[in-house]
Amino acid sequence: MSGAYYEKIARINLSTGEIKPEPLDLDTAHKFIGGRGLGTKILYDEGVATVDPLSPENKLIYITGPMTGSNSPSSGRYMVVTKSPLTGMIACANSGGIWGAKLKFAGWDALIVEGAAPEWSYLYIEDDKIEILDASEYLGVLSEELDDKLKAKHGEDCSVLNIGPAGEKQVLLAAVMNDKDRAAGRSGTGAVMGSKKLKAIVVKASRKQLDIIADVEALKEANKRCLKIMSENALTGEGLRALGTASLVNVINSVGALPTKNWQESYCPTADEFSGETLAEKYLVKPGACYHCPIACGRVIRHDDKVIGGPEYEPLWAYGSDCGNDDLYTINEANRLCNEYGLDAIGVPCTIAAAMELYQRGYIKEEECEGVPLEWGSKEAIVEWTKRMGNPESPLAWLMSSGSVRLCEHYGHPEYSMSVKKQEIPAYDARAIQGIGINYATANCGAAHVRGYTIAPEVVGIPVQLDRTVTEEKAGWAKTFQDLTAVIDSMGNCLFTSFALGAPEYTDLLNAATGTKWTPEQVLEIGERIFNIERMFNKAAGMKPEDDRLPKRLLEEPISNGPSKGMVSKLSVTLPQYYEARGWVNAFPTDETLRKLGLDECIGK
Amino acid sequence: MIEVRFFATLREGRGKVAQLSAEEVSCGGDILRRFSIQQEEVAILLINGFHSKPEDPIKDGDIVALFPPVGGG
Repeated sequence: MSGAYYEKIARINLSTGEIKPEPLDLDTAHKFIGGRGLGTKILYDEGVATVDPLSPENKLIYITGPMTGSNSPSSGRYMVVTKSPLTGMIACANSGGIWGAKLKFAGWDALIVEGAAPEWSYLYIEDDKIEILDASEYLGVLSEELDDKLKAKHGEDCSVLNIGPAGEKQVLLAAVMNDKDRAAGRSGTGAVMGSKKLKAIVVKASRKQLDIIADVEALKEANKRCLKIMSENALTGEGLRALGTASLVNVINSVGALPTKNWQESYCPTADEFSGETLAEKYLVKPGACYHCPIACGRVIRHDDKVIGGPEYEPLWAYGSDCGNDDLYTINEANRLCNEYGLDAIGVPCTIAAAMELYQRGYIKEEECEGVPLEWGSKEAIVEWTKRMGNPESPLAWLMSSGSVRLCEHYGHPEYSMSVKKQEIPAYDARAIQGIGINYATANCGAAHVRGYTIAPEVVGIPVQLDRTVTEEKAGWAKTFQDLTAVIDSMGNCLFTSFALGAPEYTDLLNAATGTKWTPEQVLEIGERIFNIERMFNKAAGMKPEDDRLPKRLLEEPISNGPSKGMVSKLSVTLPQYYEARGWVNAFPTDETLRKLGLDECIGK
Repeated sequence: MIEVRFFATLREGRGKVAQLSAEEVSCGGDILRRFSIQQEEVAILLINGFHSKPEDPIKDGDIVALFPPVGGG
């Protein structure tokens, strides 16, 4: 084997207990790179699109990319790819830490988990050896505690991935956690793991680095060049280490795009109270870094008497202004609970915000709230309802743990769910920033900011500063960002490297590691192929053109306050332009587009 | 009056907010000079929430926000 793949996948059937190593088809790997691309291709070919996501027929893929575990920058990423129980479409949740690199060091490109265990189990992987072990004693154990327990049992040099109580209960907002505070957070991947009665995956590896790089010298050169670019870039070299993603709170608020009180407002006068600046001043212990990452955007904070992983920009916003709250301690505590219970720290607070609006309007009654009314800014409500959603018992807790769409539909007001494809929208108001709305509407995993982060050019001026308020050229930017992101996610590098690196650098890294001879244009075409096969998975799963939409509030209710007051999303202008740029008609690729991208297997489907 | 808001590292030695009279400055560049900030230190200059250039004029009542390189996701 060579070329950055161990060419080995483990197929693990939890129903039968059969564990079968399979060869990785190298041609397919090159065509879809790995990670997100290859994972989706496998699911598509194996007919997973039409299964019930929480049934044994769903498959759960943990997959690395060719760069995962390499010496390239920020290369600790892996992906969880499955059919989402939240959206009913493709789920491809990305996470960092060191677990992905360890899986690769153990000699596995991917794990495909099938079936469902008869009793609660966990996987223990030590190089070639994979065992299914009894997890019954760990039921109900919180994520960080379980990490400690499994390390105590298997050794400090192992890395632990697990689900908390939320995943056990198949909560639709449950995340897969690894290395304590890293999360493959979105689309309910934790619920799929819970449906298979799989509590954890422990990995131990003898290797400390990859020994399968195609051209070691060329990769060394490419790494050197990339690290130089990143260290000289103000954001990847210094900015993200200083304040983390939390630095965005004040920026996004200052342009009037910080959704507040479930997007009823878009500017929060007290946002500085929960900003990156305040987080650094009051709680920061040090920056935290994933495997081989020179950026170190993570926040290690002091919380009560513990030192733990702190909140990113998204939970700061979602538990902050979106819930009408500006108390940073409360956000830190709620974020900690998300990590402990194994919850999506975007979907959960956004659903609490939707519930608060339903309460404000009198649809949720006080007597349903079990003594903790869902009042705007209530610290008690934020903390208590997060706990309840992580281990639901009452009818309202179960409803809320199923996400804002199901909650708001239950009360007859789906318009208060700020979501796309049943997944809650992240922290940038698409009325004030026109390009990001295209990404929210079209991301195959449901609303996401990290599938085409046009905030870079539209707000923070990377690689150039665009006018955030106009629609011109935004469709093209959205497509290019989506395609490049698909490449990076599939390689196993962190998306944040793209604040400094571009397609030529990723192409150099990929070619050196895998032995391919792609041009940057060809690499971007692979990204396009990945985005299109995801879309074809969704089509097979029953997606309709009307699923590419934004909530009515963003299209019809002008922003009510702040610098962007009066603005609405102009998706009706940009979406047709986007489809044209993609070669799609009515939200789906034409046969001609599929043929051009080498997706003949999807033609006529 | 013109309100100047400093963020991230630009707060060091300057505090969070400063007020200037409209007579003192006529553009963002004047503000940078007034507070000894090099142009390359500023990645985002907003006037009333909209991206602006140092040479763009400012007027009484404007809010100017200055950010070093920031980002994330």
